[in-house]
Amino acid sequence: MDSNLLGYSLELVAGSGCTLNVEKRTALETSLVILKKNYKFQRVLFWGKILGLKEDYFVAQGRGEDEMEDKKNLYSFNCIDWFLLPPATDALIDLVSRVTKGRFIGDPSHVYEQLEIHRQGEGEGAVEEEVVTTVNEENRLAVTVHLIDEDVSVVPRGAFIKNRRGLVQMNRSFGGLSHSEVAKLDSFLHFSKPKNLKKKSILEMGELNPALDFLDVLSDDIPKGSWSLQFECGSKVCVLRSLLWLGLTFYHVPMTPLHGYVYIGDGNKNLDLPFML
Amino acid sequence: MEGNQDSSSHLRLQSAASLKASMLKNSTKSNLNIYDHLTRLLIKMIDEQPQNAVDVVEDMSLDIKRSLFEDKETTLRDLPETTASELLAEQQRLLFSQPEEAEQEDEQVETPLPNVSEIGFYLEQAGVGLGREEMQRVFLALKQLVESQALLRCRLWGKILGTESSYIVAEAECREWEEEEEQITDEAAEEEEREDKTSESEDNEVDPLPQSTYKTPPVVPKEAAGTGANKFFYYVCKEPGLPWVKLPSVSPAQITVARQIRKFFTGRLDSPVHSYPPFPGNEANYLRAQIARVSAGTQVSPQGFFHAGEEEGDEEDEAPQDSYEVNSDFEAIPVAEMAESLSTWVHHVQHILPQGRCTWVNLAIEPVEDSNEDGESEEKEEEPDEPEPEVGPPLLTPLSQDGEIFNTPPWSSKMSSTLTYQHAVAVLCSNSWPGAYVYACGKKFENMYVGWGLKYAGEGYSPSVPQPPQREYPSEPEITEALDPSLEEEQALREALEEQQAAQEELEDADEDEDEYAD
Repeated sequence: MDSNLLGYSLELVAGSGCTLNVEKRTALETSLVILKKNYKFQRVLFWGKILGLKEDYFVAQGRGEDEMEDKKNLYSFNCIDWFLLPPATDALIDLVSRVTKGRFIGDPSHVYEQLEIHRQGEGEGAVEEEVVTTVNEENRLAVTVHLIDEDVSVVPRGAFIKNRRGLVQMNRSFGGLSHSEVAKLDSFLHFSKPKNLKKKSILEMGELNPALDFLDVLSDDIPKGSWSLQFECGSKVCVLRSLLWLGLTFYHVPMTPLHGYVYIGDGNKNLDLPFML
Repeated sequence: MEGNQDSSSHLRLQSAASLKASMLKNSTKSNLNIYDHLTRLLIKMIDEQPQNAVDVVEDMSLDIKRSLFEDKETTLRDLPETTASELLAEQQRLLFSQPEEAEQEDEQVETPLPNVSEIGFYLEQAGVGLGREEMQRVFLALKQLVESQALLRCRLWGKILGTESSYIVAEAECREWEEEEEQITDEAAEEEEREDKTSESEDNEVDPLPQSTYKTPPVVPKEAAGTGANKFFYYVCKEPGLPWVKLPSVSPAQITVARQIRKFFTGRLDSPVHSYPPFPGNEANYLRAQIARVSAGTQVSPQGFFHAGEEEGDEEDEAPQDSYEVNSDFEAIPVAEMAESLSTWVHHVQHILPQGRCTWVNLAIEPVEDSNEDGESEEKEEEPDEPEPEVGPPLLTPLSQDGEIFNTPPWSSKMSSTLTYQHAVAVLCSNSWPGAYVYACGKKFENMYVGWGLKYAGEGYSPSVPQPPQREYPSEPEITEALDPSLEEEQALREALEEQQAAQEELEDADEDEDEYAD
């Protein structure tokens, strides 16, 4: 959610149970302005909070000229001092997925260890070699934030456009989805690199507008029903909750450009989803 | 020279005129022309004087075109559509109706209505809440509940999120239990009837079907309303302002199955719960079972706030006591200490045993109390081995004795504020039931649950495996297939039969003769 509308936006997603207290809100409002200046961001988002056993990580996201490519994530404990997260490379994602499990601790230097036994040779001449792979929690946080953004970041259709230079930017003339559009999952898009778009048939592609429909639609997600769409706060705001990453809440007030998402959860993917529907 | 100039200016004028003429040509599509359009655009620019006009010129041009669009008059009129928000607003308007003045005067007695706005304030400090406005609506909805039902005590229990809608849950203590008991007897009677019917049909048949040797395990009797897991009643509503629905009481079977399954709530109370092992009941029962489990696991209070009830002092060794009283001498524990050590917090709701009850009941012997449950007839055979009674931690056990689950400590504690710690509140959040929070500040504390109603399942949930298939019917001569007889065998059999028949006929003839003689 945009840092400029933090208080109001938090009120809209409060139906999920998590808010920030006034101290944290004011601290964020102060520090994110400084953050934006220091890192030369176009826009700063309050991304969310990852609950640790000892401390919680607050995560902010800075966006550059291209909203989709120029992203930088930062974390903080006290909402004042921010630290840049390392970029999540494929190798790091692989490492983290193998080594880490369970809840976050709340200490960025905490080291997760995984003992792997590699066997070389065959039969009796096999040599067992113990390999300890380690990764620290800061890297895990970076990967988790990246994965959540990849999997479940949401924007309403039309809120972002791809301009002629291929940059993804906010659509300044976006006036919000209508009441009938907002009740359908087709009107919401994944704000990450499209994966299903090229698989669509020409017939389906014919109705799409290349400037707006350059992202994947939520209704194509597998398994079906991995989103919960509701109207809250006296039915005035449309709230989408991801059941895959429990804790991700997206909000959009129909007929206004107001939209955003926040993740407040334990940073673990809900792998039990197929059993739970 | 002049003539030349004249002719060139003339030419220029002519070409300008022809350009103007071509610009004035109306488009075949929109019936507009570029000349008028540019004029309008420039007028608009002069009027509005936008910044960086060159960057937004396309938008402005589009705006002008749009504004020129003529709406053709139509005789059709829009049908006014009632949106969900309008319907809800109508419902919620009733929450704001002014109470009659006469009522306000006799408000001297203690009201069962909790101060939700104060609770909301403290919860917000703790980083939990439903939003201020929503909290106020819930407050008013609770007021409506208290006024409509005769409640001794009422509390906002929390909110359970569902995939289609959420439940707001209120915990209440009632004066009357009768209604509930009637229902139980009805159910029991129904089941008995069913059993009778099956036994009758079996008698009528000539060739009785083989009796199943399967004996249903004895049903663990439900706890009576007002005790154990059924100590409180729970009311739920989807949105504040919509009617409150009372949840049915929970049975031990429902709790034990709820422990084995992992399902999202849909938000419809009457929807079935598809799961393995099959859940006995619909979503209302499942919701009630999860509420009981969450309450038993996460309802805590500062140590010393409650003390054990005195009436049951003698029975302590036999049954775990389930009553407590507010300790009037309670002295507030400093917040810093509460945030630091878990031993300053105690559970004030009974632990639910593996059996699904808070107090253990021995199923091997016939229960003495009339619990209105069926299945007792089958318990008559006395089991030789006395089962080990299940014992849970006693009431008011400190949280420091809670066990770890999946290598995760069961509770995380913190202070609501590190900057102004002098006025902070102590906050505990449960890691075994994500979404359960409790705060304490001075003599005030409150529990709240906002979440999906699911327990932390560690790395992954593995559903229980279906039972092994039943064994085949033992192969005996009566059901084994025999070889077909050969022709010789058949003929031999026929001959034997014919001989037998002949012998019989002879015998009958002899009988008739005898009869004749007798006459």
